[in-house]
Amino acid sequence: MTDDNGLHQAHHSTELWKPNRAKSKRDEGIVRFVFGAFALLSVFTTFGIIFSLIQETIKFFSQVPFWQFLTDTQWTPLFTNARYGIFVLISATFLTSFIALLVAVPLGLLAAICLSEYAPRKVRAWLKPALELLAGVPTVVFGYFALLFVTPILKDFIPGIQTFNGLSAGLVLGIALLPTIASLSEDAIYAVPSTLRQAAYAVGATKREVVTGVVLRAALSGIVAAIVLGVARAVGETMIVALAAGQNPNLTLDPRVAIQTMTSFIVQVAGGDVAVGTLKYDTLFVVGMTLFFITLTLNVFSYWFVRKYQEKYE
Amino acid sequence: MTTTDPRSMSTGDLGKSTSKFKPNLSKRYQLDNIFRALTWLAIFIGLAVLAALIIDTIIDGSSRLRLDFLTSFPSRRAERAGIASSLVGTMWLLLITASVAFPIGVGAGIYLQEFASDNWFTRFVEINVSNLAAVPSIIYGMLGLTIFVQLFSGLTQGRSLLSGGLTLALLILPVIIVATREALKSVPDGLRLAGMALGSTRWQTVWHHVLPQAFPGILTGTILALSRAIGETAPLIVIGAQTFIAFVPNSPFSSFSALPIQIFNWTSRPQAAFHANAAAASVVLLVVLLLMNSTAIYLRNRYQQER
Repeated sequence: MTDDNGLHQAHHSTELWKPNRAKSKRDEGIVRFVFGAFALLSVFTTFGIIFSLIQETIKFFSQVPFWQFLTDTQWTPLFTNARYGIFVLISATFLTSFIALLVAVPLGLLAAICLSEYAPRKVRAWLKPALELLAGVPTVVFGYFALLFVTPILKDFIPGIQTFNGLSAGLVLGIALLPTIASLSEDAIYAVPSTLRQAAYAVGATKREVVTGVVLRAALSGIVAAIVLGVARAVGETMIVALAAGQNPNLTLDPRVAIQTMTSFIVQVAGGDVAVGTLKYDTLFVVGMTLFFITLTLNVFSYWFVRKYQEKYE
Repeated sequence: MTTTDPRSMSTGDLGKSTSKFKPNLSKRYQLDNIFRALTWLAIFIGLAVLAALIIDTIIDGSSRLRLDFLTSFPSRRAERAGIASSLVGTMWLLLITASVAFPIGVGAGIYLQEFASDNWFTRFVEINVSNLAAVPSIIYGMLGLTIFVQLFSGLTQGRSLLSGGLTLALLILPVIIVATREALKSVPDGLRLAGMALGSTRWQTVWHHVLPQAFPGILTGTILALSRAIGETAPLIVIGAQTFIAFVPNSPFSSFSALPIQIFNWTSRPQAAFHANAAAASVVLLVVLLLMNSTAIYLRNRYQQER
């Protein structure tokens, strides 16, 4: 009975079925072409970034010698007696990023170990989304928090700390990076095969020894990649440092005073009124180019490192 | 080597190592406990800061969290100012960004995962996408400033919602591409083989069988990417978002403000009254993001259970 029915339907549909190979092939060709163009758009984006940065950069260096740009110890492009020592901004970026990593690397790594090795399944199912929420907080809100919550607390403990300072910005930046480093490291730790752990247990290692002696070493390439990505994000992070670290280009490594990072300079100039074509406007793009160059170097390094040192397990 | 008696050597070695070996278990277990406590402490610190941040903004902003805060325009008097124009601006940006980035990102992801053969060009595009994902957002702002605001100013009317939305779309494109590829990767190959065995073309197989399976994953990735986009401040500042917009933007060519821009502006003013406004606006932004993120996490969990 069912056979009959099935046969009938099959027969019926065979009558209706008109293969249209030409149309199918044409559709496929169109889709391939359009989606291929979409994928190409990402390449154009990279070229677009380089294109938009390089014009003003060249114009800038036709007026300011490259050597002076690298060695001058002052950064005062908004004054009449303008000086262009990029190192002032780079040192500030370095300072806030360094403080941030001091916070984010240990905390992020320990959090990743906790999630992958210690937390019970059910607790983990709650902790992970909570950390993702932390990752989802907009940086401008972190900036508010740094300036109006963390800095007042720091003022109680550290005498002579200014309202705008690198310490508060760096600490909060570290918290903002924590979820990134934690989740990328956790992926790397998760990928370590359990046979390695079992082998370590079999020779009498305790859980901590298994984690620090075997798992972390096996996951090292992924963890380093996570940290390098964290550095790149710290260097490019804008709103926290623009709000909490201030707008004073000081060549200092003192975390208590106001400084200006590369990103906060861009915000300061772009937020004001700058006429297109002036040297001030070009400065914006030179700093952008420096920033792009630094993060690109970090990315290439991380890519190379993972390629070279990644452990492969079958 | 060959001259020594292997038996005597091995017993000698064993004897030596046994005498030196001290398991010292109690000390090692103690260290273990300390280590475990430290890992939990790290999680606790992260969550405690999150809690402090949320509670602090709610307390600071509570005095301003009224309905008229949502419906008023920015003002020089803090207690009269509101977020009407910036909230609408953010919604416009969300709409423009989503309608540009979603089709292009998913299309590019499908191409790279399902169509492209493994040659140097594909690998180049892949490296390029992963590199773009790590470019600082402020650099995208400079891209948008040069390309959308200046080069195509005839099309976008300069510092407009459209320029902002397109810039944010480029910013999250790599994220959507990666999410799409991950979602497509998790669909078992048997489905593709079965589809093509029945005579479907590649595209028919992808459209009718693979994509429906991968769709929840793609949607989750897109929502997370969009929630990142509307929290972005730096690229919009570079593009030239305004802080004082006293009208509701009614077209993509309108000049605009957005919630993060408004928060930045109010926070950087010295008066405490404006800080309360910034906190209240932050609460609104966090609520919007929380809704988006929890939708994404819910979708993902449902999808993971089904598999």
